Amino acid sequence: MLAKRIIPCLDIKNGRTVKGVNFIDLRDAGDPIELAKIYSENGADELVFLDISATLEGRKTMLDLVLKVAKQINIPFTVGGGISSLEDVEALLKCGADKVSVNSSAIKRPDLINELSKKFGNQCIVVAIDAKQIHGQWKVHLAGGTISTDLDLFEWAKEVEQRGAGEILFTSMDHDGTKNGFANLVLKKLSEELNIPIIASGGAGNIQHFIDTFQLGKADGALAASVFHFGEIEILDLKRKLKNNNIEVRL
Amino acid sequence: MKVVIIDYGAGNIKSIQFAFKRLGVDAVLSNKLKEIMGADKVIFPGVGEANSAMKMLGESGLDIIIPQLTQPVLGICLGMQLLCNDTEEGNTKGLGVFNVSVKRFPNQVKVPQMGWNTINNLKSELFHGISENEYMYLVHSYYAENCKDTIATTNYSQIYSSALQKNNFYGVQFHPEKSSYTGELLLKNFLEL
Repeated sequence: MLAKRIIPCLDIKNGRTVKGVNFIDLRDAGDPIELAKIYSENGADELVFLDISATLEGRKTMLDLVLKVAKQINIPFTVGGGISSLEDVEALLKCGADKVSVNSSAIKRPDLINELSKKFGNQCIVVAIDAKQIHGQWKVHLAGGTISTDLDLFEWAKEVEQRGAGEILFTSMDHDGTKNGFANLVLKKLSEELNIPIIASGGAGNIQHFIDTFQLGKADGALAASVFHFGEIEILDLKRKLKNNNIEVRL
Repeated sequence: MKVVIIDYGAGNIKSIQFAFKRLGVDAVLSNKLKEIMGADKVIFPGVGEANSAMKMLGESGLDIIIPQLTQPVLGICLGMQLLCNDTEEGNTKGLGVFNVSVKRFPNQVKVPQMGWNTINNLKSELFHGISENEYMYLVHSYYAENCKDTIATTNYSQIYSSALQKNNFYGVQFHPEKSSYTGELLLKNFLEL
């Protein structure tokens, strides 16, 4: 059976991981390659690198980092952040990225999804969607959640599927950072209404939250950052507990 | 040993080269017929969509050369599918090494299948040291049916061929270069054929 995926996410700025990382036995907590190696050796099914560099220099450094990661890591990884053209994607894939994740640029110009999917195949195009509830309606946000749009989450999700997205990475801004669990009701609805994999993001605080997002939220994968970075949840331990709850995982 | 990875278009084939590098082998990316024919081992990777991939193979004459190769050849993902008779993707005629058709997954399951799934009914030296039910990483919307060349199966909506073999031709639907240590072992086994 297809296993549920556990995906640590690393925020990268100018080639270094940012947002605290607190691992024991890590020589350099800011080195994304060392972190990626540790995660891949300890049961992560996939990695996401989110480039939050604002400068061109930072972006170039990112390509170099992707190349170094690809040389050392034997599990798939996705790169997101600031991708807005075919050239951006081509450069990342040439350095060894397996998938790319687009967000704001797809909202601004939805045809980008069609173009990327046609050129590189839908399997390597992830569309990230950030949304939060406004007056009871889930509204899509862009630019890292700072700008709200009129787009309805479910309509936008269906549109990106139809345009050729291979997967959706859904972050509930209402849940992100709360450590109170994933947005399972919304995830379940997305998973049932769409026919592509849905990755849950935002809200992971404990192991039960992961069990819930797979059982109640019907998510295909779950992404988290700080609970892994600070060693609050160990991936192998998490996966053993998921398995004890009859959730299919790779151990 | 000379390992050549057939380079016939855009796409992420660097990962395969890096995977061999981790095994201590410098695999060469090439589209030169002579270099491919002279290699000890040939990797036939998959890029993008079947129909345009076949067109690219046709333009360089690779469609004629590949089925005639006599050294061990490993088709990966779309590479494996193109070694089959035909595929529903773009109604494309394949290279016909494996006598089987490639079909699209039905919509009762999420398409593409993306992630780690188990391989079973292992029947080849390619799986030496790899146990039944080990996980491999797969990303695909189309699958090869079961046939007499099947050397591994996977279950997604139905049981299908996740690996094929006929004579010196091997094909795997999963990505060994992205399948952690199990995938590395498979590549090592291929080098030792």
